[in-house]
Amino acid sequence: MLADKTGIRLTRDEKIAPGPFYASLLDTSMLQDQFATLDDPGKFTRFEQLALLSVHSALSGAGIEPADPKTLFILSTTKGNIDILQKENERKFGKERVYLWHTARLIQHYFGFRNEPVVVSNACISGVQAILTGARLIRAGLYENVIINGTDIITEFVMSGFSSFKSLSNGPCRPFDKTRDGLSLGEGSGTIILSKNPSHIDSHVIVGEGFSSNDANHISGPSRTGEGLFIAIEGVMKRSPVTVDFISAHGTATSYNDEMESMAITRAGLQTVPVNSFKGYWGHTLGAAGVIESVMCVYSLREKVLLHTKGYHDPGVTNPVAVIDKVIHREISHCLKIASGFGGCNIALLFHKK
Amino acid sequence: MEQLIQKLKEEIIDALNLSEMNPEQIDDKAPLFIDGLGLDSIDALELTVLLEKKYGLRISTAEEGKKVLYSVRSMAEFITANGKA
Amino acid sequence: MTNSGFISRFCSIRNNTVVVNNKTEFFRPDEKPEKFLTGVYQHFAIQYPKFYKMDILSKLGFLSVELLLRDTGLLEKYAGHKTGIILMNASSSLDTDRRHQESILDRANYFPSPAVFVYTLPNIMIGEISIRHKITGEGTFFVRERFDASFLVSYIRQLFDTGILQCCITGWTETNGDDYESVMYFVEKTDRPMDGIANFDAATIQKLYDKVK
Repeated sequence: MLADKTGIRLTRDEKIAPGPFYASLLDTSMLQDQFATLDDPGKFTRFEQLALLSVHSALSGAGIEPADPKTLFILSTTKGNIDILQKENERKFGKERVYLWHTARLIQHYFGFRNEPVVVSNACISGVQAILTGARLIRAGLYENVIINGTDIITEFVMSGFSSFKSLSNGPCRPFDKTRDGLSLGEGSGTIILSKNPSHIDSHVIVGEGFSSNDANHISGPSRTGEGLFIAIEGVMKRSPVTVDFISAHGTATSYNDEMESMAITRAGLQTVPVNSFKGYWGHTLGAAGVIESVMCVYSLREKVLLHTKGYHDPGVTNPVAVIDKVIHREISHCLKIASGFGGCNIALLFHKK
Repeated sequence: MEQLIQKLKEEIIDALNLSEMNPEQIDDKAPLFIDGLGLDSIDALELTVLLEKKYGLRISTAEEGKKVLYSVRSMAEFITANGKA
Repeated sequence: MTNSGFISRFCSIRNNTVVVNNKTEFFRPDEKPEKFLTGVYQHFAIQYPKFYKMDILSKLGFLSVELLLRDTGLLEKYAGHKTGIILMNASSSLDTDRRHQESILDRANYFPSPAVFVYTLPNIMIGEISIRHKITGEGTFFVRERFDASFLVSYIRQLFDTGILQCCITGWTETNGDDYESVMYFVEKTDRPMDGIANFDAATIQKLYDKVK
C-alpha cells in the first residue's frame, strides 16, 4: 500500500463472469499451497480455506485458549459458501455446507472453540457490526475474548448480481474521485481478536463507542441526505466527544455512496478530518470489508501513518471532504470507521490508541 | 404500436410485481418514475433487463435509459425504432 | 441487573397460523408459504403494494411486524432512532439465493435480476420493516443454527442498559423451501408496561417460542 500497489486487475475467468472484469482476486493455487501447510485443501471449500488461514494466523501467539468458556467466535460474512449452490460443489462438499451457521460451526470445531459461534450478516456493514457486537458482549461481561473473522469470496453469484445493478466500475475503482464510475469487487479475509486481558493485547488500540442506524429510506439506494450514517456518527460523537484524527470511510466509489458519505461527514462537522477509502487496494470485500479495513485502522494508529486513497485524484463530491491523497506519517490517537450497506444500514465505530 | 403498448404494460406489471394493478390503470404517456406507479431505481434496472430479455435491446448509457424508460410509449417507440416490435 | 425490560407483544406466524398475544387470529391449512402469506396480507386488509415486490423472507418479516404492532400505537411512544430491529434465523436469505443462482445457470439465457439479487441479504428484511415504520435505530441480523433466546436477550439488554435503544423488535424469521417460521416480540425498556405480557428474559422468550410448535 505504501508502494501504491493494487490487487485490482482486469481478469478473465469464465467461472465468474461471461466477459472480462476488474476485481481483486486471490490466486487459487497460491491459496491452496498456503492452506496445505495447515490441512488438506481437498477437504475444505475456498471460503473455508481462506477463513481458517486468517483465524489461524491471528490466533498464533495470541495466547488465547479456544476452549476457554469466556471465548467466543464471531463470523462476519454476506454470502459464505454460496458457491455450494453450484451442483459440482454441492456434490463434492454436501448441501449443508451452504448454511452460514454451518460454516461458523466448522471453524469453531477446527480450532476447538467451546461456545457456539454467532454469524453477523448485515450486508456491507457486517464486519464493523461484528466488531461492535464483540465489544458489547465483552463489556456486558459475557465473554473475555472474542475472535472476529470477516470473509467473503467473489463468485459468479456476486459478480452477476452487482453487474445487474450496474454498479461495477470499468476500471479499478476510484473512491471520491470526479471520474469514479462504480465499485470493484474483491475477496479476502481478516481477523481481529478483542480481549479484556491486557497480556493478550499488543496493538495498544481499544474499541470505543459504536452506533448503528437505518436510513428507513430505500433497500438498495443510500439516503440522499446521508441521514442514517449521520445519526450513526452523531450517536458515537455524543457518547465519546473526542477529536477524530482520521476517518476510514466505506468509499466504494459508486456515485451515490461517496456522495452520501461526504454529506453525512459534513453534516457531522467532520469535513476537515482526513478521510480515506481502502477500496482502491483490494476492492470491496463485502462482509469482510469492515474487519479488514478495521485491521488497517489499527495498523494506522499503531504505525502512525495515514494511508492515501488509491484511485483518487480530483475531488468529485458535492460536499468536499479531506480525502487523503498522499501517505502522511504522524501521530494519530482516534480513528472513526464508518460503513453503509444495502438494507439502509449504517455504522460508525471509534478506535482509540491507549 | 397500440398492440405493443398493451403487451408491454402486461410485461411491466409482471416484471415489477405490480400485483394490484391492471394494464388499463397505466397511462402510456405518463412518466413511469415520477409519482405515476411509484417505481424506484431497482424497477428501472429491472425494466432494462426486460428490454434485453424480451426484445434483445440493450440500453448503453444512463442518459439513454432516462429517455427510453420515460413512459410505456417511449419504451414502445424504442422497440419499434430498433425493429423489434 | 438494571431494568431488564418487558415483552409488550408477541406474534407468531407458523404452521399456517397467525397468533398474536396467545390468540389465534388467522388459520388457513394446506397452503404453500407464499400463497399463505399473500392470504394473510389480504385477510388483514393491509395496504402496502410494495409487499408484492418483496421476497418471501421479507414478506414473512413484514407481516409479522405488521400484526405485532397493529392498532397498538406502541411505536409512537418512541423516537425512530431509539427503536431497534434485531433478528435472527438459520438459513439467511437462502430461498432467494437459489432463485438468483437459477437465473445464472444458463449462459444462453443469462438474465440476473436486480430485483431478485437485492434480496440475497437477510438484513433487507430489516430495511423493509424500517422503511414501513420509519425505524432508524440499529438493525442487526444474526444467523444461528437454532433460535437462541439467551443471545438475543443479552444483546438487547446491553443496548437498553447503555441507552442506545428504548424499545426493540426482535425474534426469529426463517424461510427455507416449504418451511417457514416467524416469532416476533416487541420489547420495551420501561419497567411499567401498559399491557406488557411478560418479563423480557431468555426463559420467557424461549417459552413463548416453544409454544404451539
